[in-house]
Amino acid sequence: MKTSLGAAAIAIAPGMLLFSPAHGNTAAASSKVRWGMLIDTTRCTDGCNDCVNACNKENGLSGGTSPTDSQWIRKIEIKDVSTGRAVSLPMMCQHCEHPPCVDVCPTAASFKRADGIVLVDRHRCIGCRYCMMACPYKARSFVHEPLHDQKPDVPRGKGTVEACSFCVHRIDNGQIPACAEECRNKAILFGDLNDPNSEIHQKVRSVSSTQIRADLQLNTGIRFQGL
Amino acid sequence: MPTLSSLRLKNFYFYVLLAAGGLVALAGLYAVHMMESHGHIITGMNNQIVWGMPHVFAIFLIVAASGVLNVASIGSVFGKAIYKARAPLAGLLSIAMLAGGLAVLMLDLGRPERLMVAATNYNLTSVFAWNVVLYSGMFSLTAIYLWTMMERRMNPWSKPAGLAVFAWRFILTTGTGLIFAFLTARQAYGSALLPPMFIVLSFAWGLAVFHVVQTVIYAWNEKALDPEILRRKKNLLGVFVIGSLYLVGAYHLTNLYFAHEAAFERFILLDGGIFPSLFWWGYIVVGSVVPLLLIYLPGMNKPKWVMTASLLVILGAFALLYVFIIGGQAYPLDIFPGYQVSSTFADGQIATYQPSLYEILLGFGGLAIAFIITTVSVRVLNFMPQDKSYIAD
Amino acid sequence: MRALVILMLCLFIPAAWAAEAYAPVLDIGKGGQCVRDPHWMRENHMHLLRHLRDETVRKGIRSDQDSLKNCVECHASVTDNSVIARDDSFCVGCHRFEAVKIDCFECHASKRKQALVKKDEQ
Repeated sequence: MKTSLGAAAIAIAPGMLLFSPAHGNTAAASSKVRWGMLIDTTRCTDGCNDCVNACNKENGLSGGTSPTDSQWIRKIEIKDVSTGRAVSLPMMCQHCEHPPCVDVCPTAASFKRADGIVLVDRHRCIGCRYCMMACPYKARSFVHEPLHDQKPDVPRGKGTVEACSFCVHRIDNGQIPACAEECRNKAILFGDLNDPNSEIHQKVRSVSSTQIRADLQLNTGIRFQGL
Repeated sequence: MPTLSSLRLKNFYFYVLLAAGGLVALAGLYAVHMMESHGHIITGMNNQIVWGMPHVFAIFLIVAASGVLNVASIGSVFGKAIYKARAPLAGLLSIAMLAGGLAVLMLDLGRPERLMVAATNYNLTSVFAWNVVLYSGMFSLTAIYLWTMMERRMNPWSKPAGLAVFAWRFILTTGTGLIFAFLTARQAYGSALLPPMFIVLSFAWGLAVFHVVQTVIYAWNEKALDPEILRRKKNLLGVFVIGSLYLVGAYHLTNLYFAHEAAFERFILLDGGIFPSLFWWGYIVVGSVVPLLLIYLPGMNKPKWVMTASLLVILGAFALLYVFIIGGQAYPLDIFPGYQVSSTFADGQIATYQPSLYEILLGFGGLAIAFIITTVSVRVLNFMPQDKSYIAD
Repeated sequence: MRALVILMLCLFIPAAWAAEAYAPVLDIGKGGQCVRDPHWMRENHMHLLRHLRDETVRKGIRSDQDSLKNCVECHASVTDNSVIARDDSFCVGCHRFEAVKIDCFECHASKRKQALVKKDEQ
């Protein structure tokens, strides 16, 4: 994935240079790719928190569950009121194709990258929390206090909103998200939905899966089996 | 008849009032400083109750700011003389309240120092981004409108300026309603009724604020308001309060009709603890029924009753906004319709909210800013309504 | 008029002296060859950072060399592994002198990923 481009700095005004990326860059994210997940809830067990712990460790989250602590992924236990059937599943940002959070962000800090990952550009986030109100999955958290000892790969700070980033720093490095890697039951399958050769692409064509709140027609990147 | 000593006393009181307003504003600034250095963890807001008391204050001020211009519009656009005489004061109150409300909103941001980013990076699908333009435009338009009314040579332009302001504030209040209406996923909010509801609420709240300020100004200047003018204006408040009740009622009734909203409405209207109490006692009884009685019962045509009714309408406004904004977030977001849910992130749980002193100080700071702007302006410029002796319409 | 000229001279001449009086002494960490010429960096690092951050965050173009993480990797002090811990730390020294407040490290890690081991502890 790494391409090498020549270093060039062209002067366009005194002190202002037109930049070209230097050596050893990754290529830009491409819209040919659409990252997604297929989560098999039949394999997800009640009481297991592997995905949550993996996410907390990878991204430097405190792991706390008080109302002001950030939770990028959480386990939800759901029980069908009419039949009594209980299911356990992980819930995180669904990386929608039509994200309401992107629609409402005043500064376009909440944005969808070309490859489908929905992110918060924390350089632009003003902390208005409108995206948190708009998200149908309550996926986003607000950082309520000054942070220290952030992971170098995952900058995060007070006054901005954050959510699951599909471990974008890992994806750009050719890896898969931490939750998918650490799940002991292999319930989380991550891959490129657009790639006909990928496991996820073939699986979603063959097994029954749904999107959560499909009625909102957001076309989420995460699909669930067994719901 | 004012004597020299009574004028001196008034002068002293003026500075005392200004100092009091300044102190409250300073307290608000102190709260902002604390929130900036320690983060929002010192407030009662959290990941479940995302918007809290500051937003209750801010939305009241912004909605009332738009509504108070009704007085001016009825004058400039619809040509009613007694309203025309009050248009400059209405314009001033609009600017003052808008400034106060926006100050609260902007200072509650997680990163208020990034306001320049907000002003220079626009996401055109975002109502908030439209609002940045709408609110700043409102300031300039109202300032121009005030100028056309107060500068004699510009008087012929006051009608087109009034029309522009009239149209602009409808769009602005619609924008305020759309902030909530566009939240399709939330049971409390995604409703097309919200923009019209906010518009009618703005009429009631704006006029209530106007009545309060007008009564105070007349009392301060030891002038008596013509009872006929008072009667017409208080009846107008009555009409707006009834209109508000109608739209709030329509909003709740339509919600009740949807099976999937029934549990939410039950929470807000029946068993949600503080929310039904505030709704029924705060908004319906104190904020609507009692003011209507004070307005329409015979023999109540006195400034003190109109002032009381208006203050109660304002209290009711805060109650309604608390229920709407905070109650709407307290009820758990329904991600899995038909399922009972639980998690570490309060899924399926009713969120609790305990406003902190800092949020309340910030809210009052916004009120203080509006107060200071109004107080200084009415002293420095001629905002006292000048009624002609013959009312010609 | 004369008073004005004298006032201006009294203000500007000492200021000009002071500007050359001292430049902050920085703990440049590992030092060595920077990704750009140091003089260029002094004048343009903010523009570079501003441009690169959008390239990386919004477009996903990541560079090993040109990244804040890499800057910290080299320039964090060899004693406390930080670019902001002390008054002469790499970022703090100049920024305090120029009175330009930066908020980068409210979010970004100010310490290098792997703490450097001191030579005498090896």
